[in-house]
Amino acid sequence: MFGYPGGVVLPIFDELYEAKIKFILTRHEQGAAHAADGYARATGKVGVCLSTSGPGATNLVTGIANAFMDSVPIIAITGQVKTNLIGNDAFQESDVTGITRSITKHNYLVKDVKDLARIIREAFHIASTGRPGPVVIDLPVDVQSATTEFVWPEKLELRSYKPTYSGHPGQIKKAAKWIENAKCPVLYVGGGVITSGASVELLQLAEKAGIPVTTTFMGLGAFPGTHELSLGMLGMHGTAYANHAVMESDLIVAIGARFDDRVTGRLDSFAPYAKVIHIDIDPTSISKNIRVDIPIVGDAKNILRELLKYIKKAPEVKVWQDKINGWKQQYPLFYKNDEALRPQFVIEQIYQVTKGDAIITTEVGQNQMWACQWYKHDKPRTWISSGGLGTMGFGFPAAIGAQVGCPDKLVIDIAGDGSIQMNIQELATAVNNHLPVKIAILNNGYLGMVRQWQELFYKKRYSHTTLVNPDFVKLAESYGAVGIRVTKKAEVRPAIEKAISIDNTVLIDFRVEREENVYPMVPAGEAINRMIGGMA
Amino acid sequence: MRHTISVLVENKFGVLARVASLFSARGYNIASLAVSETLDPAISYMTIVVEAENEKILEQINKQLNKLIDVISVTDFTKKDHLDRELILAKVKFAFKEKEKLEAIFKKYVGKIIQYKGNTAIIEAVGDQAKIKQLLTELNKFGVKELVRTGRIAITH
Repeated sequence: MFGYPGGVVLPIFDELYEAKIKFILTRHEQGAAHAADGYARATGKVGVCLSTSGPGATNLVTGIANAFMDSVPIIAITGQVKTNLIGNDAFQESDVTGITRSITKHNYLVKDVKDLARIIREAFHIASTGRPGPVVIDLPVDVQSATTEFVWPEKLELRSYKPTYSGHPGQIKKAAKWIENAKCPVLYVGGGVITSGASVELLQLAEKAGIPVTTTFMGLGAFPGTHELSLGMLGMHGTAYANHAVMESDLIVAIGARFDDRVTGRLDSFAPYAKVIHIDIDPTSISKNIRVDIPIVGDAKNILRELLKYIKKAPEVKVWQDKINGWKQQYPLFYKNDEALRPQFVIEQIYQVTKGDAIITTEVGQNQMWACQWYKHDKPRTWISSGGLGTMGFGFPAAIGAQVGCPDKLVIDIAGDGSIQMNIQELATAVNNHLPVKIAILNNGYLGMVRQWQELFYKKRYSHTTLVNPDFVKLAESYGAVGIRVTKKAEVRPAIEKAISIDNTVLIDFRVEREENVYPMVPAGEAINRMIGGMA
Repeated sequence: MRHTISVLVENKFGVLARVASLFSARGYNIASLAVSETLDPAISYMTIVVEAENEKILEQINKQLNKLIDVISVTDFTKKDHLDRELILAKVKFAFKEKEKLEAIFKKYVGKIIQYKGNTAIIEAVGDQAKIKQLLTELNKFGVKELVRTGRIAITH
């Protein structure tokens, strides 16, 4: 549990004084929410955060919205003023259930201690089943102090909440036929595959049918990035070959993905020749943006297992695979490998030193997109980044949460000099709890992604995107962490190796080429095969 | 096009706000909304008339409502045989010599004049959308000063 104390949660904190619950004190409630989120993504378990009422609760809001957009199961417990003061504009009162209604899967205001056990049971159930998401429990201080006989409800009775897990057999059979007869099929895979734990089944399907796989941002790690059938990520900063493959495909098999605007680009010209099979546990994701020919509602793992049974022969895809391999050779990911210290090089080096075995979190912006492109994500739950909401300041507290959940893993936050400063105070949390998280700042002295858009679409008018930064090395040291500065290419690998060898929180300040851009790039609102940049 | 949707919900604190904020957050328009308890006091019944430009939006409204934890079921009446009714209350201004003419109107409709106050009549009427519309056209010839409508309620048959 991650959190921060305050007036109306004193009864809970008094219990935590000697409870068996491991509690991590962050330095800001937003950090606590992101840490719970990172913990949940890394472990597959529910993450929990706790704050006081009013500002404590509103500071959690960004973290809750972030978990909501990326379907992450967290429980946020917020203190609330006394039941008889609710609605009175009491000190540190805010309408938490009202504020969080549209950014939670569900929320509760507990008015009677007799309901508390049931509500906690329901909250964990709702957060972690179906399409997961955050649940808020708003808990008035007098309810915290009240006593009742403890009865843990063994059975849940939620007549209005019954997620569908097994897919419609007729639809699955039909999908199998379509796959067998496809000429240019593509598997388009999202975070739902990771949530469902369906990576093994996905690999079996791809190999059995010889279908290339592109993943969304959230789906990175669901399919091995090093596999010959991997096309990497698609969309705005996806690979050219993934985007070409989708655009020329005759059958898209979407699994646990939602055809987000960063993926589809211009909707009316997206994948014009493709029929679409869409497997998703959330019916609202189906036919929301793209018309779907075979919808299959249910759990990806169950459905893929069934689908594998019905596929008797592999489609004839030799010509298609050759075409894709041609694109791979023609349009590889590219950056200028010269003397300059380029951010892509830093990430490639992190990948090589860690052999792809680290948990990577990121901040938001260029650092994040380069981390998508240049680190090959092979395993599920090792890529932790803010997708839907795009929350700057997410990566570092999320790394703390991931490290708490996976104490034996190496956890690295790939950061920008802008984002890292949005939750830099969590250095104290990491150091005080002996969490040896590594932070790699790709420091270009800009809000890089915004600057890139200003360069490309606003005539290089760099309005308020130049940053004057603190000395990050000294800053790390003042918190009791280790700081390393890197200015030359030759120093990159030794610095990463040194950071990993140190049993402490380490921050590396990589002074990278200032105006490097993320390519390829699909300008907003364009068709996804109309990419700019990134050619050798 | 307007659709009549009925939603059975758990009668819990905040459920109306959940439904209403879903509509506002996703940019759907509510033309009318009627809420009441059912035979089972733990369940409430909402009849919502929505403005949906196309089938895709209607499908999303339906799915998004179903996704709310407190929603038990959603029925789109537009696709089913159903009866719908609405109750209106109105203050109608009339010239004294037209009183009989005003009273005559209510022979054609389910409704009546509840009371007179000077040259104003308070009337009530029940009917489906077409009937109510017709009635209002006729009453407007006199002058409707104030109008209150319950919004549509519906039931399958």
